[in-house]
Amino acid sequence: MNKREFLKDAILFFPAAATLQALAPAAVGKAEPAKTPPDYDATKHWYGMGVDVDKCIGCNRCVEACKAENDVPEEPFYFRTWIERYQIHANGETTVECISTRAAPPEQAVPEDPGVVRTFFVPKLCNQCAHPPCVQVCPVGATFQTQDGVVLVDEKRCIGCRYCIQACPYGARYLNPKTRTADKCTFCYHRITEGLLPACVEVCPTEARIFGDLKGKADRLVRFHRVNQISVLKPDLNTEPKVLYARLDGEVR
Amino acid sequence: MSGAIPESLHEQLSHQLSQVVGFIYPNEVETQWAILIVVYPYLTGIVAGAFILASLVKVFNVVEVQPIYRLALLTALAFMLVAGMPLQLHLGHPERAYEIFFTPQPTSAMAMFGFVYLWYLLGILLIEIWFEYRHQLILMGQKSRGLMKGIYGALSLFSRDVSPEALAFDHKASRIITIIGIPSAFLLHGYVGFIFGSVKANPWWGSVLMPIVFLMSAIVSGIAMVMFLYILLSLMRNEKPDMRCLDKIGLFLLVAIIVDFALEALDYIHRIYQSEESIGILAELVSARLFTSMLVVQLLLGMLLPLVILVLVRSIRFNEELRKILYFTSSLLILLGIFSMRWNVVIGGQLYSKSLRGLMAYKMEITGIESLMTALALLALPFIILSVLFRLLPPRWMEKNAPAAAH
Repeated sequence: MNKREFLKDAILFFPAAATLQALAPAAVGKAEPAKTPPDYDATKHWYGMGVDVDKCIGCNRCVEACKAENDVPEEPFYFRTWIERYQIHANGETTVECISTRAAPPEQAVPEDPGVVRTFFVPKLCNQCAHPPCVQVCPVGATFQTQDGVVLVDEKRCIGCRYCIQACPYGARYLNPKTRTADKCTFCYHRITEGLLPACVEVCPTEARIFGDLKGKADRLVRFHRVNQISVLKPDLNTEPKVLYARLDGEVR
Repeated sequence: MSGAIPESLHEQLSHQLSQVVGFIYPNEVETQWAILIVVYPYLTGIVAGAFILASLVKVFNVVEVQPIYRLALLTALAFMLVAGMPLQLHLGHPERAYEIFFTPQPTSAMAMFGFVYLWYLLGILLIEIWFEYRHQLILMGQKSRGLMKGIYGALSLFSRDVSPEALAFDHKASRIITIIGIPSAFLLHGYVGFIFGSVKANPWWGSVLMPIVFLMSAIVSGIAMVMFLYILLSLMRNEKPDMRCLDKIGLFLLVAIIVDFALEALDYIHRIYQSEESIGILAELVSARLFTSMLVVQLLLGMLLPLVILVLVRSIRFNEELRKILYFTSSLLILLGIFSMRWNVVIGGQLYSKSLRGLMAYKMEITGIESLMTALALLALPFIILSVLFRLLPPRWMEKNAPAAAH
């Protein structure tokens, strides 16, 4: 190869290499990293949420705030978070209802049923599993776990195959009819990376939801974890949820 | 309520919501994988089954089955060409489907299926058919004119060598490809089973037996489809089918059904005996939602009845005409039964809540993309493709036209 040929090849090589380098992240199937403020360091956090079951009064404000904040379709088939009401009867039976799908709250107080021995509400949302089955099954890498432990969906990459919805043991995902892509709770990622609380936590009047950083030393969630008896949902599936329930009844699945 | 979602979807979901029994998670009202995902494993299974039947001739030298060798290969190809379509059509963003190949995700069973599918279509089926038909394509090219000459030339990839050495090589190559093809066919449909069997969130699907149950039922449906087509074609041509061949296929079909039945029975006995947390809701699912499609159609009509018929055909000396009718009937029943099996797995797995506290409903749309009409069209399409393939690559052309010296 003489000098002239070398230069000719080099002229071709460098722009080609630059283009390939620019395309490489797309080629290895890494979804676009979520937009975060420039000074935000995801490696320094590991987010989770605590739910104090005894404190939830079933007001449904968290559900409404979530739908408004995250543009979740209003129809009663799509929820990033919802509230379940459990009634334990004297005969040992349990009845469950999702109060978030009601068109309107009941106008009158429900008369007390002597057959019901205990009743409580359980807020549900994506468990932001440390070992998420939804991420495992995604055929294009559109759903992924961020370094701070939040499972997100890249709606520009999702092909809408719904495999992740099938793989989620908690029913936390749905296909958003507007975008035709999978959708779920993000812990309000756009808010928490700015130092704000998720919308559901912000509006909860009884502080039944505690948002925090499991890597933070003096964090509220770390304290919540320390002082309460903690359960997670469906622990046998080994998904390692980061939504931690305090005083959760064994009836809850 | 804002009208953000399409009217038809709202209507469907409202209806499904009204049919819910017990408690379900609110996002579970929508049936995520509907009729098209029932059609997909049905078509793929026929591909794998037909190919395995064909391989009996090439690899295991079952000479009786020789008359249906090419029919089985073309059947596999016709169904293979359609098998990916229901998947493509059901995507929320079909225009992004290529991402599955461009951004390989080794942890995703669905993504890896894309590669298995491509391998099987391009690496096995097309090459096998090409070697099988190369000689015929060259001869057909020599006998045709104009456009057809060009088409046959292109199909034979402009090869011209019909020397005995070249033909011997064709023969050897197609045998080797079949040998590679058998595990590939197993992989193809075993993998479809794995897509469901690996979902730990869903106890109706999550079973280690699922891939092998899918594989056996695939073999059953593929053999039944080739048998059905063989009898149908002989009726259309007003010919007698080769009874030795039919009896042999009937025997393989019988063995395959017995193994399939044993595996499925094992799966259910295992579930009932282990009686895990989900057993209560699964029993309700079967009795309240799948009684007709599972116990009546899949088990009774689609498995036990043809099993009895095939046993009778082997133990009593019926005449040829009656045997033909019985084979035809059992192949149709089996095809119906395997379709029900796909339905009961795919739809059944989405008719009970993962909270294990309630049952959902599925209302099939008549028109639209994810609908009965599309499903019927996709089920009819392989037969249309097959009729074109028969014109282009007549399976028995060589017997009628080949120069004696060539054999």
